Amino acid sequence: MHLILFIVFAGFCLAGAINLLLQTHPVNSALSLIVVMTSLAVLYLLLGAEFLAAAQVIVYAGAIMVLFTFVVMLLNAGREERTRGSRAARAVGFPAVVVILAVVATVILYAHGLGSATLGEGLTNVKGSTNIEELSGVLFTKLLLPFEVTSVLILIAILGAVSLARPGNGEPEGSVASEGGTDSQGGADPEGSAERTGGK
Amino acid sequence: MSSLLWEEVPLSWFLLLSAVLFSLGVVGFLIKRNLITVFMSIELMLNGVNLSFVTFAHQWHTVKGQIFVFFVMVVAAAEAAVGLAIIISVFRARATLAVDRIDLMKL
Repeated sequence: MHLILFIVFAGFCLAGAINLLLQTHPVNSALSLIVVMTSLAVLYLLLGAEFLAAAQVIVYAGAIMVLFTFVVMLLNAGREERTRGSRAARAVGFPAVVVILAVVATVILYAHGLGSATLGEGLTNVKGSTNIEELSGVLFTKLLLPFEVTSVLILIAILGAVSLARPGNGEPEGSVASEGGTDSQGGADPEGSAERTGGK
Repeated sequence: MSSLLWEEVPLSWFLLLSAVLFSLGVVGFLIKRNLITVFMSIELMLNGVNLSFVTFAHQWHTVKGQIFVFFVMVVAAAEAAVGLAIIISVFRARATLAVDRIDLMKL
């Protein structure tokens, strides 16, 4: 049963990831990324991480991908034009990717003790507590300070996102306006862009 | 078929899947020409690494790897919010999302 679930959802994962690369429209790429993330949530369940499976669906497939599709539709992003890209990316990048994959796969398959266990052995718990109890026990006792620091991080991220994306008197717009629009292609005024994005 | 049905999955398959997902994310980062899709490839790489964290946590019977994934998710949410705000700001200044035409950091 585990094997069949793994094969089905790993197949969904790979198909979604490859489809993300092949699609030219960003909305289709975003939807295939949602397929990847939801299949990963099922794989987390197989690995006995119930809390992370729920968080994966809620945070990744829910919040982050809603943000992505919202921005894609807000900016009215059309099909990407296929250009040749930089020559360095093709000359160095793809051999580097192949080498990375080969090295990692060799280490995984042949290193002693790495990935040699099978699924299901970790599910037997000595103390009889569930995964969420253990996770919250460590998170709220030993790691309480990093947990609180992440809330500050989220707050700063919210403030930064609002001040960056706000039209008008945000810092980037103010710097563009103060320099008198010397950039030839960057001369979009805030009112016109707000009109353009609002009209769609 | 029934023997196949109850055979256990080796954990190295999960690690291989995570390596392949990470590599596909790198390939997408290199070949995609849309700013938002490049950003999605970064999210794909983060997910691949998360899968290997959860696999190691399962193998060594500890929750430390899952806590790592929790913090990665928090940071990824913050990163997505700020990154998409930057993308909106860049689009407002340049009126394009093609990475070939976004070659200045100055807005």
